[in-house]
Amino acid sequence: MSVADHINRVSRRIPPWTIYIAALAWAGWLFWLGLSGNLGPEPINALEREYGSIALKLLIAGLCVTPLRTYFGVNLLRFRRQIGLSAFFFVVAHFSVWALLDVQSFGRVWTEIVKRPYVTVGMAALVMLIPLALTSNNASIRKLGKNWRRLHWLTYPIAVLAGIHYVWLVKGFPWEPFIYMAIIVVLLALRFLPKRKKSASKRSGQPQSAR
Amino acid sequence: GAGLIGNVAGAADDLEPNSLEDIRSYNNYYEFGTGKSDPAENAGALDTSNWTIKVGGMVDNPGEYTLDELVGDLTQEERIYRFRCVEAWSMVVPWNGVELADVLNKVGVQSGGNYVAFETVVQPENMPGVRRNVIPFPYKEGLRMDEAMHPLTMLATGIYGEPLANQNGAPIRLVVPWKYGFKSIKSIVSINVVAEQPETTWKDINFREYGFFANVNPNVSHPRWSQATERVIGGGLFSARKDTLLYNGYDEVASLYEGMDPNALY
Repeated sequence: MSVADHINRVSRRIPPWTIYIAALAWAGWLFWLGLSGNLGPEPINALEREYGSIALKLLIAGLCVTPLRTYFGVNLLRFRRQIGLSAFFFVVAHFSVWALLDVQSFGRVWTEIVKRPYVTVGMAALVMLIPLALTSNNASIRKLGKNWRRLHWLTYPIAVLAGIHYVWLVKGFPWEPFIYMAIIVVLLALRFLPKRKKSASKRSGQPQSAR
Repeated sequence: GAGLIGNVAGAADDLEPNSLEDIRSYNNYYEFGTGKSDPAENAGALDTSNWTIKVGGMVDNPGEYTLDELVGDLTQEERIYRFRCVEAWSMVVPWNGVELADVLNKVGVQSGGNYVAFETVVQPENMPGVRRNVIPFPYKEGLRMDEAMHPLTMLATGIYGEPLANQNGAPIRLVVPWKYGFKSIKSIVSINVVAEQPETTWKDINFREYGFFANVNPNVSHPRWSQATERVIGGGLFSARKDTLLYNGYDEVASLYEGMDPNALY
């Protein structure tokens, strides 16, 4: 049996809702670490970064679902909603720690969103995630039909904005944000590459006289 | 000088120093990585044995000095200073060391020596951040001569009466309390007295974000974040932000910058 089959077989036995439990437990555990002095002497920024980093990883995980199926036959489609909603949950946690524990004033929060481009970009990603989170249920999928896919195409610009948000806030040239950005670009490119190839071959297959 | 030292002591009265553990576990020292805990984890590899500091440029007594030769015979001071990072966090550190002015007077600054340039050690084999080139190395900093000669400016060799931990810039570092922390260069191996304003690392990387003077100034934002307030290290998850003070509260340095555009002094 191939590795892909094995993963598919095992994953079928895991109920998707366990991802929600894991996300809540993970966020709670990190908050406890911050509270108990185990995130270093400055837990506010540490917690903010932990939540943001997990959100970005989950966004990327969500983007991996389709290519994993296309290229490796690994089918994790039944977890995608839970991954996406958990990403949204961590983005909200990231924003809340930033606004309530770090910036500590609504006036300053607004100023930061308006005046600091890297915050603006992050905020834009959060706002765009809201309609996606609200429509991540079976009723919305039925009701919206084709438009549901169109709406959820927003995950691509959201991932890019999240990547830029990270690249933009660092000092110097550490590797991590650029690696994340590269992964996001590759995952988006995978969406467009095969399609273009297919349509190109179709076009070349057409007899010139047909025009 | 005595009057100024009196002011220093006065300013220190209401300051509650951070714990040694806080001071040793929350650091920026990019030679050891960009994370706040990276220096504490990686700086143990720094080799501080047989340390020498090369003193050169426009001085009467240039040469390679051992630590003891450079500061051993000078008046030891304990100074409790506020420390304000350009990233908008702050702590309070009880430093041990000497006044930089005493060192400069000992090596003899020649006329025309308008600036002092410093460099941090580079040990690629012991410094993962250097191997990764997160910023250009060696790290360079500098001061105008009047700033360098100011009695607040010191070369520190200890904290809480103990020798500096490697992540705090062992064995000898600069401390300029009214400037953002990146000016207070660590693990110094070179001191040069020069005529022109020297290269300084962060300003050279991005002059729009970091100036040569880098005086703490709540009224001038870093382009990517506000400098009006600061997070106080060691206060826990619900600690309140504090208003940042002009010159980090060290008003006695204001006279150094008379006639200069305060907005250019970030």
